[in-house]
Amino acid sequence: MITRPSDLRAQAETASAHLPALMLSAERLAAMIAPGAHGLRRAGTGEDFWQYRPAGIGDGSRNIDWRRSARSDAQFVRDQEAQTAQTAQIWLSPHAGMDFTGGDDRPTKSATGRVLSLALAMLLLRGGEKVGILGGPVGTGRLQADRMAATLCAPATDTAFPEYDLRPNRRVIVIADFLDDPAWVQSFLTLAAATGVSGMLIQLLDPDEESFPFEGAIEFRDPTGTTRHHSRDAGGLRGEYLQRLAARRDWLRQQAGQAGWQFDHYLTSQDPAHVLGRIWALLGVGGLR
Amino acid sequence: MLLLGPLGFAAPWVLGALVALPVLWVILWAMPPAPKRVVFPGIALLAGLTDRNPVARRTPWWLLLLRLVAVAALILAFAGPLWKPVAQDRTSGPLLVIMDAGWPAAPDWAARQTRAERALADAAAAGRPTALVLADGRPIQGALPFQAADSLIAQLRAVQPVAWRSGLDADPDAALADAPDGGLSTLWLADGTHYDGRGAWLAALADLGPVTVIPPSRPLRSLSLKDGDTPGLILRATDQAAMTVSAIGPDPQGIQRELAQLTPSDATTVDGITERQVAIDLPPELRNRITSFRISGENHAGAVVLADDRVRRRKVALVGDTLGQSEGQDLLSPLHYLRQALTPSTDLVEGSLGDVLDGAPDVIILADQVHLAEIGELAEWVDQGGLLIRFGGPRMAAYDRLNEEPLLPVALRQGGRDIGGALSWGDPRGIKPFPEDGPFAGLTIPDDVAVRAQLMAQPAPDLVEKTIASLTDDTPLMTRERLGAGQVVLVHVTANAEWSNLPLSGLFVQMMDRLVDSARLAPAEEQGDDRQQSFWTPVTVLDGFGNQAPADDLAPVAAGDMAQGPGPDRPAGIYAAGERQQALNANAKFTPATWPAATVVRTDAAPGRDLKGILLAFAAVVLALDAVGSAWLGRQGRAVATVLLLMSLMPRPYAMAQELDPDLIRAADEVALSYVITGDAEIDRISEQGLAGLSAALRQRTSVEPGQPIGIDLDSDDLSLLTFLYWPMTREQPAPSPQAYMRLNAFMRSGGVILFDTRDGDVTGVGGPDMGDTLQQLAAPLDIPQLAHIPEDHVLTRTFYLLQDFPGRWQGNPVWVEAPPAGVQAEDGVPFRQLNDGVSPVIIGGNSWAEAWAIDHDGYPVFPIGTGWEGEEQREMSFRFGINLVTYVLTGNYKSDQVHVPALLDRLRTEEALAQ
Repeated sequence: MITRPSDLRAQAETASAHLPALMLSAERLAAMIAPGAHGLRRAGTGEDFWQYRPAGIGDGSRNIDWRRSARSDAQFVRDQEAQTAQTAQIWLSPHAGMDFTGGDDRPTKSATGRVLSLALAMLLLRGGEKVGILGGPVGTGRLQADRMAATLCAPATDTAFPEYDLRPNRRVIVIADFLDDPAWVQSFLTLAAATGVSGMLIQLLDPDEESFPFEGAIEFRDPTGTTRHHSRDAGGLRGEYLQRLAARRDWLRQQAGQAGWQFDHYLTSQDPAHVLGRIWALLGVGGLR
Repeated sequence: MLLLGPLGFAAPWVLGALVALPVLWVILWAMPPAPKRVVFPGIALLAGLTDRNPVARRTPWWLLLLRLVAVAALILAFAGPLWKPVAQDRTSGPLLVIMDAGWPAAPDWAARQTRAERALADAAAAGRPTALVLADGRPIQGALPFQAADSLIAQLRAVQPVAWRSGLDADPDAALADAPDGGLSTLWLADGTHYDGRGAWLAALADLGPVTVIPPSRPLRSLSLKDGDTPGLILRATDQAAMTVSAIGPDPQGIQRELAQLTPSDATTVDGITERQVAIDLPPELRNRITSFRISGENHAGAVVLADDRVRRRKVALVGDTLGQSEGQDLLSPLHYLRQALTPSTDLVEGSLGDVLDGAPDVIILADQVHLAEIGELAEWVDQGGLLIRFGGPRMAAYDRLNEEPLLPVALRQGGRDIGGALSWGDPRGIKPFPEDGPFAGLTIPDDVAVRAQLMAQPAPDLVEKTIASLTDDTPLMTRERLGAGQVVLVHVTANAEWSNLPLSGLFVQMMDRLVDSARLAPAEEQGDDRQQSFWTPVTVLDGFGNQAPADDLAPVAAGDMAQGPGPDRPAGIYAAGERQQALNANAKFTPATWPAATVVRTDAAPGRDLKGILLAFAAVVLALDAVGSAWLGRQGRAVATVLLLMSLMPRPYAMAQELDPDLIRAADEVALSYVITGDAEIDRISEQGLAGLSAALRQRTSVEPGQPIGIDLDSDDLSLLTFLYWPMTREQPAPSPQAYMRLNAFMRSGGVILFDTRDGDVTGVGGPDMGDTLQQLAAPLDIPQLAHIPEDHVLTRTFYLLQDFPGRWQGNPVWVEAPPAGVQAEDGVPFRQLNDGVSPVIIGGNSWAEAWAIDHDGYPVFPIGTGWEGEEQREMSFRFGINLVTYVLTGNYKSDQVHVPALLDRLRTEEALAQ
């Protein structure tokens, strides 16, 4: 017998089976934080009152606010405050290292990253923002969350950072472990600063990567299997590793600061609700103002 | 060989490797176990770091010990250890090896060859001159050359046992003239049977020096044919084991296989040889197909009996007056009933007496014939063993010189008698029960068999003795006389139903079978002086192992030699002379050999226990323990260690003899469309997608809810659970095996339908390469009925949708189904003929339906059809054809039932009205 697509479909269904759980979990997190609206402090389309102004040429009679006009001789037009949706894009690193977990009791960095991404997206969507995956379409509404969930669950085809999708006046949230060669971070931050994109770098690490709890003779391997590091005394490397990790964080924080971005780091062992709250706070209370 | 007490080593030099063990200890001590492996994404941060104070690790002592023990066990195993090895041959001087090479040596031929080779190799090592004698009955030319043993080993390896008995056809003194002085020791690998020349050689060799005899290690069993009225088999064996005999022949499909198993009767033991009779008690149809008998599980020529005319069908010649018979008067022909009775079990020849005598039949039946011209030849033929059966009749009764007619068992009275006629007294007579010792013993006589007229025998003293069947008034119905080796039987009534209704009864068939079975062939040697048949040409011959092979370059054998059984120039096999075939079977009668003045080696003594296997197994176990231990050392491999341990502890479950394919189980559970896997990945994918598309359409529109399509490998998959098979034609497709065709035929017979798709609808019209020849080639072995273009009123046009055309991706090409029976006319007022019988087992077309049906994962069509909306309409029509087809497969001609005609007519009218 040949390999049947039914097998593949079964695998795909198994893979997508946790999608509702992801949605729920993200929804629960999102429910804990109330988003706010943001007016543009100028006249435009919106719901809130902005100002009355005298009617000029070009204003139709329908636009005239007769109640206000009745109180004086001139005709007045009622303006609403302009409200436009901001656009936020989230990028979760599809790097192979993200599928790592140091213990069976912890989710992988990808899994945590997906939950965080989707929860963040739902929060922003509820605030009326346009949200999308960087490199994919942006949109509003509940359906967009479903689409994003499907995209997040699909296997990544391209691991490179989609720099081409950086557009002015957008917010970009990058979730990655930043353990690999950080040249791409510098490159896209430079571009972002030039195009006026602001955002946030979130370093998501496994506790093992944070604390380096290894001892004895160990052969370390890259998740892709390309690089190896052979050590006869892993415990002796801990100090240097932690130093390098701290240096890497300083560097990232410095780079982010220079580009007007924010930087923070979290562990997969932390409560996602807590992490989400902190990210929300860093992004600006009440939305992307 | 090195001997250490009871332990011997075949290759003691390998033990030298034990010296290396301490070196290995040091190396292993210094080699640490493999480090733990950890996947770690932060490895980029580790790049360039060096260990500040590396921890030295050593292999633990118990792991070292395990490894050393394993290596030591391996070294010991390859040194060929033997527990209590057989004592070696200590003789010296020239050596003569005699190998019995007839078929009795074949069962353990490899062991004999090995034994002889060992003796020769030992002699070569000791530099002893040796000679090799093959006792295969071929004469030894001149004196035996004694030479270095090395050159004989190659010769020995090439020797195969022959299909006749062992034999030594030479004067021992002349053959041994060149034997070197100084005593000659002899090793005789005997086959356990006695044969000519053996005694003389044994005596001569015993005079020259010690003779060591190695008797066969296995009991010898042989099979031979017992001649007689009822041919049977005799099973001889040197042990008491009850063997069965397989009757082998072509089955109805023409494949050679075991047709029946014959069980021998009780044994009688004489002089150490157990004889059992094996009756060939089989229906004639089965027996006639048998080509050979073989003792189950024995592989030598003596265990095989090739069946020839003696076991097989008799050749029966019918001679009667067929002239002047018009075609419609078959039932009056005297030969008609004989033909009917004998055709199933015999080969019939018809013609004039002179013609049939040339064909050397076993039985000649004369129906109411007197005053024969060739009576001389006929008498000679009977004398040589022919069976002549004569039937009476009006012409014989009226013959005025009847009492002078030769070749009649009894003298007859002219005129015969009528019983129960208009002008005679008495009632028609029945048949008296047959005597228990006669040829018809045990046959049941139907009550309604009656004789109205018969030929009367002259009273004579030996009349009763010659009568083998009689009427209730004791007048003879059949008489028999033996003449020379043959016999003459007279049936006193006609062979048609004129004088009696005996030929109408089943008894007649049974009586004729019994009579014909009693016909015995003339033995071959009696025809030795026949000018035309003096030589027999071998057709197939047996080798010593009892395997049949075509006889390529063997010379014909004189008939006189044939009678002496097989020999060097005439191996056992099938021989032909003209139209006759004779089997020359290995002379399977044997007597056990005795060995005076010789040392007989006991072969049942244990030849020393080989410890190699045990040691290798031990080493494997120790290495497995080592693997478990190493895995345990690296903490990470704890699960691996557990699995390894469990694997080593748990016995593997036996594989089920017949694993059912889960797909086929599903096909039995729900309807599943299936397609033939052609080996072309692209075509197979299209087939699968097409059937998936059709299944989706069926689920959507009908109550048929098929599952996923199933790919069928014709050579291995069972078709019995399937109903519909889509078979696309590809040029590279290999033809299925004969078994696959048998399954396909059974599939079509049991209601399955195959849709052949030549997929060439776009090119046949313009003369492109079409797949028709591939289809013809692949479908030739199938039982495909006569085909016709699908008629307009075929039930396929209305099983679900009303259709006129059957498009796939292409359209306008003819579709073929089983042709409707000729002469069926449409009735008035019914728009279609009533063709209720026969669901067409095949539907053939080139419209590439699967491509029209094919949908991808998302349910979109895979292939474009035509252009624009018309193309989509064509796709819809092809789906409708598919739905009609599957409905047709599942419901057969249900829609042809007249029950639905009114409703269909109403609907047709409505549609016509709408169309107008």
